[in-house]
Amino acid sequence: MEFSTLTFYAFAAILIFAALRVVTTRNPVHAALWLVLCFFTAAGIWLLLRAEFLAIALVLVYVGAVMVLFLFVVMMLDVNFDSLRKNFRSYVPVGATVGILVLIEMALVVFGSSLGADAAPAPPEGSNTRALGRLIYVDYVYPFEIAAVVLLVAIIAAIALTHRTRKETKHQDPGQQVRVRAKDRIRLIDLPVEKKE
Amino acid sequence: MSLLTAPTLAHYLVLGAILFAISMAGIFLNRKNVIILLMAIELMLLAVNLNFIAFSRYLDDMAGQVFVFFILTVAAAESAIGLAILVLLFRNAGSIDVEDLGKLKG
Repeated sequence: MEFSTLTFYAFAAILIFAALRVVTTRNPVHAALWLVLCFFTAAGIWLLLRAEFLAIALVLVYVGAVMVLFLFVVMMLDVNFDSLRKNFRSYVPVGATVGILVLIEMALVVFGSSLGADAAPAPPEGSNTRALGRLIYVDYVYPFEIAAVVLLVAIIAAIALTHRTRKETKHQDPGQQVRVRAKDRIRLIDLPVEKKE
Repeated sequence: MSLLTAPTLAHYLVLGAILFAISMAGIFLNRKNVIILLMAIELMLLAVNLNFIAFSRYLDDMAGQVFVFFILTVAAAESAIGLAILVLLFRNAGSIDVEDLGKLKG
């Protein structure tokens, strides 16, 4: 048995176990941490598949940013999680049924076809990052820019959704500043002249 | 596909299918908790990405990895907006139950 085979089965076992814990654990913080383990082992499997850049990106972007965001939100919200799990056991039959059905259907597809019997082709020469970068910046440059726009939309949407304007904050209104006229700024008052005594 | 041989494409596809089925079942199990639902969606996307990368390796076509790159981008945007909606839901309804999502209307 080769080392890569052993690694694959070890990572696959850890991945499946961690995925099961994500959907069954009681505490959402634990679920997020199990999901971190999922991403790490998935990155290991991607390394086996010679997708080095994406494996590193998965760890950096997902574990480093998205999962930290998840943990941040879970810890920030003071939610009563027990009430959300009240009918957990009553959903087990339907959940297990759907999961097993999906699994059987996919197994039928995979085993019914002839794909996947032959060994992998020789790994490509050179750097994976270089090849991927060449593809993204040359062949897929417009989709790449659309992806940037999607991220911009996400930033603006997240800020717009969660931003709260407080009444007591002092801020400038540029429109009002431009529209102002001289007579709004200064008010001359006629005071009656008092005689000196 | 037999065990104990070097992993073939079918090994990775079956692993992706198992992962997808687990997260599918997880959506049914945690149908009240929006946070776990978002995590199950992330897990589904991971399974899909695994399939893409396995095909990219065994069909010797780098385009699959480009697709995974874009899926990662869109999934990050999706989870950011999803969590923002979650915070909004908690602020307005005081819970993160899926049934309370209707309270965000108008």
